[in-house]
Amino acid sequence: MKTASITMIIGSALLFGLFLYPLWSITLEAPQYPSGIGMYIHLDGLEGHEKHDIQNIDGLNHYIGMRKLPKDDEMWEFSVFPKVVGGMAIVGIIIGVLGFFKKISYNWFLGWLILMVVLGVLGMIDFNNWMTDYGTNLDPKAIMKMTDKEGNPLSYKPPLFGSKDILNFTAHSYPALGAILMGIGMSLTCVAYIIGFKKAK
Amino acid sequence: MKTIQKLLLGLGAGLLLIGCGNNSKDGSSGAMASSNAEKVYVAPGEHDEFYAFLSGGYSGNLTVYGLPSGRMFKEIPVFSQFPTNGYGYSEETKAMLNTSFGFVPWGDAHHPDISQTNGELDGRWVFINENNTPRIARISLETFETEEIIEIPNSAGNHASSFVTENTEYIVAGTRFAVPNPQRDMPIDEMKGEFKGPLSFISIDQEHGHMNLDFQLNMPGFNYDLAHPGRDKSHGWFFFTSYNTEEAHSMMEVNASQNDKDFIAAVNWQKIAEYVENGGGTKVAGTYAHNTYDESTMTATTEMKEGVISVDPRNVEGAVYYMPVPKSPHGLDVDPSGQYIIGNGKLSTQLSVYSFDKMMKAIEDKDYDGDAYGIPILSFESVLEGVVDSGGLGPLHTEFDGKGYGYTTFFISSEVVKWKIGTWEVIDRLPTYYSVGHLTIPGGNSRKPFGKYMFSMNKITKDRYLPTGPELEHSAQLYDITGDKMELLLDFPTHGEPHYAAAIPAELIKSKSKKYYELEENNHKYAAKSEADTRVERNGNEVHIYATTVRSHFAPDNIEGIKVGDKVYFHITNLEQDFDVPHGFAMIGANTSEILVMPGQTKTITWEPKREGVWPFYCTDFCSALHQEMQGYVRVSAKNSNTKLRWSLDDEWKE
Repeated sequence: MKTASITMIIGSALLFGLFLYPLWSITLEAPQYPSGIGMYIHLDGLEGHEKHDIQNIDGLNHYIGMRKLPKDDEMWEFSVFPKVVGGMAIVGIIIGVLGFFKKISYNWFLGWLILMVVLGVLGMIDFNNWMTDYGTNLDPKAIMKMTDKEGNPLSYKPPLFGSKDILNFTAHSYPALGAILMGIGMSLTCVAYIIGFKKAK
Repeated sequence: MKTIQKLLLGLGAGLLLIGCGNNSKDGSSGAMASSNAEKVYVAPGEHDEFYAFLSGGYSGNLTVYGLPSGRMFKEIPVFSQFPTNGYGYSEETKAMLNTSFGFVPWGDAHHPDISQTNGELDGRWVFINENNTPRIARISLETFETEEIIEIPNSAGNHASSFVTENTEYIVAGTRFAVPNPQRDMPIDEMKGEFKGPLSFISIDQEHGHMNLDFQLNMPGFNYDLAHPGRDKSHGWFFFTSYNTEEAHSMMEVNASQNDKDFIAAVNWQKIAEYVENGGGTKVAGTYAHNTYDESTMTATTEMKEGVISVDPRNVEGAVYYMPVPKSPHGLDVDPSGQYIIGNGKLSTQLSVYSFDKMMKAIEDKDYDGDAYGIPILSFESVLEGVVDSGGLGPLHTEFDGKGYGYTTFFISSEVVKWKIGTWEVIDRLPTYYSVGHLTIPGGNSRKPFGKYMFSMNKITKDRYLPTGPELEHSAQLYDITGDKMELLLDFPTHGEPHYAAAIPAELIKSKSKKYYELEENNHKYAAKSEADTRVERNGNEVHIYATTVRSHFAPDNIEGIKVGDKVYFHITNLEQDFDVPHGFAMIGANTSEILVMPGQTKTITWEPKREGVWPFYCTDFCSALHQEMQGYVRVSAKNSNTKLRWSLDDEWKE
């Protein structure tokens, strides 16, 4: 149970990586942007890959009527997400410590993981909804109104995961270091549960 | 043995080239031509190995080229108004062209030189002199913009300039046209003995590069033509060629060519600087403009200064000597070790090589051959080390490859001659097309030359390119100097009339090149840092428009209440914060120029509306897909009308 608990503590603590590193990264590539242009999505806000990338993405997006990217105080997610993630990390560590002193069973590890997965999925859905809205809810006075073959307005929604061609740009959307650390952390809590389960046998 | 191996390797490579992909049937010239083509081929998107800064001569500017491709990247305005970006027209930059004679819109730019540390190129700044209204400019190698221009008073024909000492302690300025000092109304034919040839020493502040006219050495009135600082062992000395030791004042081509020998002046500037620091010299009159451009306020200001420390060379013991040189010399160059001083005798076939050691010995032994106006003349035999018997005619300038060879241009015989330092024997010679003036090897006048390429800058172009009427651009030729024999690689046209160029490995400066100006660091007095800050203010008949640009509109883009007779200042701030997104601004009927505003920058241009109406302005730089729409209107009303001053963007009117 000691190994399992320590693994649980480490796994939960890795969530703190999200306070240091971004969750997601979206990069736009086009010939006239030889070094790319892009942004990091942090728990508490957006940040350009380079100092002025957010401003420059907004500048590009205004041609197709997309709204400006939200400032830190313009989305409730940027104040709630840090609390949820921080809270889950603390709870996970407490569970691990309690497990270490054999106050609770390893099943709590699984419980934490399930809750974390549920919250993660909710977060992804929320993120996807925002991107859909951002990419399709366009200014009716947009300078360029592009349509697909069927005549429907084009969606400029970046992919949730992977790469996609949007007009002259190719957008790449992938997890960044913070999300990778979170993934490792969650895997570790799963490992903690398995170790606990096996030892108990 | 090694040479044989190299030869075989070379032959092998040559055969390979003939074998591979050369479709031409003309195999004999094809192999050579294709290998030369490869040497200068910089593939699309690739970068050149060297930057070259070519003086523009009578264009007044400095052009930036890449080597080995010979492609021109930029023209940097220095001494001349430049309507392309508004330099010298905009309110911010007009002051750069102020002089004690008033606003001078043009200059004759001659000899660029890159700053040095320990005798090696350090890539901080390029300095360049102006010959006509004596000035020296400093150009930043971060922004590639002119940051400072200092006028040189009491001088005329600032040709022996703007050469840099080996730790950029001083920049020098000479006097090629001896003049009364101080200037006064006197008969021209009484010049002899009355005119002077001041040599100016401008000290450089190491942090910002700011120039300060430290002192002037009031030399006899010969024509000081070119100069070079000593380096390494001869560091602390400066050498100047002079002609017209006859002190003729008319029909100079004949009357200034009578003496068998003229002089090289050897000046121990360290000694004189020390003398001045200890209170030596006298303050004499001399009015001069000192113009500095502040990157933070983006504005140039002129400080009119008065007075300069003048030093009589005879008053500083052991500081100034003359060395005889075959008549009417031109260029003067110092080899990388600092031991040899090369006098290029433009009317002769020979180069005279002086030894620094011998010069010091002659000074110690007082081996004099008389004096000129009290300045000791060292005996020719005691200082001469050797002679390069070139077989060419009209040697002008010499550069060095750092591998023991000198390369000298010959104007009359139109060729470059390679010779060996020490033995003074001629190794190779190649023609130039035609009548070469200067030549440049990157770092070729420093302690550490980069002896891979040499290029000649030629005075006569004739048939080298497709004809363009009677007036032609000048031409340069690039040579490969890595082998024993030089090899001509490339012809490329140059802009204006390049007199000399300074070249530097791209690696030393390219990463420092600024991409745009940070808007938050913009301290321009009239900047509008957001569209919310934009406004129009009237002050009597002066109207200040605080406008911004962003792809693809001006804010404001409609302005009313301007009247005939107003003086309208358009202060345009480019809000973009990305590399290479300038916006331009042009106003119909403006008697100025357009302005090109870089991201984060503010520039101002004036307009004095002459007629009532609704007059358009627009962006001159194809900035974006909606560039054509980037336009606006100014309503101009009669002088006494009551039209309200108001402005708008998208019909949101403010007043």
